[in-house]
Amino acid sequence: MDVPHDRAHRVLLADDPDGIVTTPVPAPDDVVDPVRRPPRPPRGTSAKVPWRLALRRDGALYAMALLPLLFLLVFRYLPMVGNVIAFRRFRPGGSIFGEEWVGLRYVRMFIEDPTFWHVFTNTVVLGALTLLVCFPLPIVLALLLNEVRTKWFKGAVQSISYLPHFLSIVIVAGMVMQLTSLQGTVNQIVEGFGGEAIPFLQRPEWFRAIYVGSEAWQTVGWGTILYLAALTTVDSSLYEAARIDGANRWRQTWHVTLPGIRPTMITLLILNIGLFLNVGFEKVLLLYTPLTYSTADVISTYLYRVGLVSNNLSYAAAIGLFQAVIGLVMVLSANFISRRVVGASLW
Amino acid sequence: MVSTDLTPVVDERAGVPVGPRDSTGYRLFTWLNASVLVLVTLLILYPFVTLLAQSFSSSGAIKAGLVNAVPVGFNLETYRVVAGDDRFWTSYGNTVLYTVVGTAIAMLLTTTFAYAISKPHLRGRNALIGIAVFTMFFNGGIIPNYVLISSLGMKNTMWALVLPGALSVFNLLVMKSFFENIPRELEEAAQIDGLGWFSIFTRIVLPLSKAVVATMILFYSVAYWNDWFTAFLYLDEDNLFPLSLFLRNLIAGATTTTAASAAAAGTTSAAISANIQAVTMILAILPILCVYPFVQRHFVSGVMLGSVKG
Repeated sequence: MDVPHDRAHRVLLADDPDGIVTTPVPAPDDVVDPVRRPPRPPRGTSAKVPWRLALRRDGALYAMALLPLLFLLVFRYLPMVGNVIAFRRFRPGGSIFGEEWVGLRYVRMFIEDPTFWHVFTNTVVLGALTLLVCFPLPIVLALLLNEVRTKWFKGAVQSISYLPHFLSIVIVAGMVMQLTSLQGTVNQIVEGFGGEAIPFLQRPEWFRAIYVGSEAWQTVGWGTILYLAALTTVDSSLYEAARIDGANRWRQTWHVTLPGIRPTMITLLILNIGLFLNVGFEKVLLLYTPLTYSTADVISTYLYRVGLVSNNLSYAAAIGLFQAVIGLVMVLSANFISRRVVGASLW
Repeated sequence: MVSTDLTPVVDERAGVPVGPRDSTGYRLFTWLNASVLVLVTLLILYPFVTLLAQSFSSSGAIKAGLVNAVPVGFNLETYRVVAGDDRFWTSYGNTVLYTVVGTAIAMLLTTTFAYAISKPHLRGRNALIGIAVFTMFFNGGIIPNYVLISSLGMKNTMWALVLPGALSVFNLLVMKSFFENIPRELEEAAQIDGLGWFSIFTRIVLPLSKAVVATMILFYSVAYWNDWFTAFLYLDEDNLFPLSLFLRNLIAGATTTTAASAAAAGTTSAAISANIQAVTMILAILPILCVYPFVQRHFVSGVMLGSVKG
């Protein structure tokens, strides 16, 4: 069974009948079995085999999955469970799951902690600014690149713009520090216009601009890849039809190109929203100083200092758990809303 | 397409109609577009250029704020100083070691797991996929991870850096969708010849997947090469530090010097470290820059493969 066929099943059996579905539905006679079936029918030899038989037939496959599974359990799921220390007293060197229950003590603690709400606000502001700037930029760049007819030029721009993606965050932070230092290029420009050199990284009012700017610098090129791929799949007969209808280039972009890459845009938007609260923790950690805490301190850096510098692990775990749960809720709701409203979703 | 007038000019590669090429508006747009793109490219390149310029400049010129895109007071002294530092080479060696070991483990876990879950008939397959995908959206967080690594006794060992990152679910899904697209008949033929799953995997599937395997190796190597935070969390001993952490300490030390000397109008020590920072950064980027032109294509194809199943 090939992939489109499989999709057709999923579309027909989607549990919200009034949801708008973007996947093309094939002709009715193409559909084998429109009656009730699990939403995702297993392909190939689909009938469920008893476990005994499955183990004998696919023992080698299960064996191959064993080590990775063990890895996931130890390094991914154990820490998830380890979050119970948010509700338990923890003694360094003791059990990783803590000593005794203390209920919601640590949760109450951060709810009543003004610093927590301060860093929470900072996180939301920084995340929103990043999303606002770094989400549309790759789309714009991809649209511009798509109009370039000279192959070598397009290739060169792409290669150069992908490069920052491969740099260590330490290097990026180092570059930011050099460019914004008192002797750096930015201040040379400021002085060239007759201004006074500004120690940018020590000024809280500049932190957000520096953060978002460097983020845009690092992500804009790499972000175009998926859009450029999506752009090549836009049906060229649609452009033809639009031209016959008298649409100029701008209207073609608006009515044909953008709808063509809409699923990609939505998918990436959902992913970005899910990562909203994890705003580049490492970069903030490298770039902030106590002087800029008022705008730069975010949830992750705060919990890092509380937990690992001041050794209050349970309190920090409570904050971390809160952050992770909010992140999960956000990605689930973004997915739900986009499925309801535009009919495209991650799952 | 009967009427030639209405047939749009189609670009061979993108398949996008561009309209009549000779219209003035279009030509204007093309030039404007090209200029914007050139500007963007220059903006992206500039930090690299200035870094390179600083690495060759004299400390006096940097201190005076004279260095932008061109080295001032050209010298190779800074490179000699950095290359003469044992700590630099130790950390370089550590980074190579961590990258190689980490990538090897990661590839073992990723390819085997991806192969198992690429088999549609495998019972429990959806559960296995679910277990992996869930970790993309919910993770334990820094604190429980720290507690776990500490209690496993991995602090101040290589394993703390190498193991926690050894399976990226994104890479796993990329591999899985690649394996799913390998023609079934090849494997079925091998099965008839009496090969088990494991032999099919090593003798037939892996040799067919060289491209995607190479891509994954690159993804993992870059991640390990660039990682500094894990080292920052779990390592206290200088001689275990990877290059990224060595560099971070260099930069962090330099900023405190800069902050302290800002009032004193900049002492030489701050400027020298700006030099040394630049050289160390250049040397840290160098391996990536050297392989980048040859492997860029693979990176891009890896991302696209991943997006197929998203």
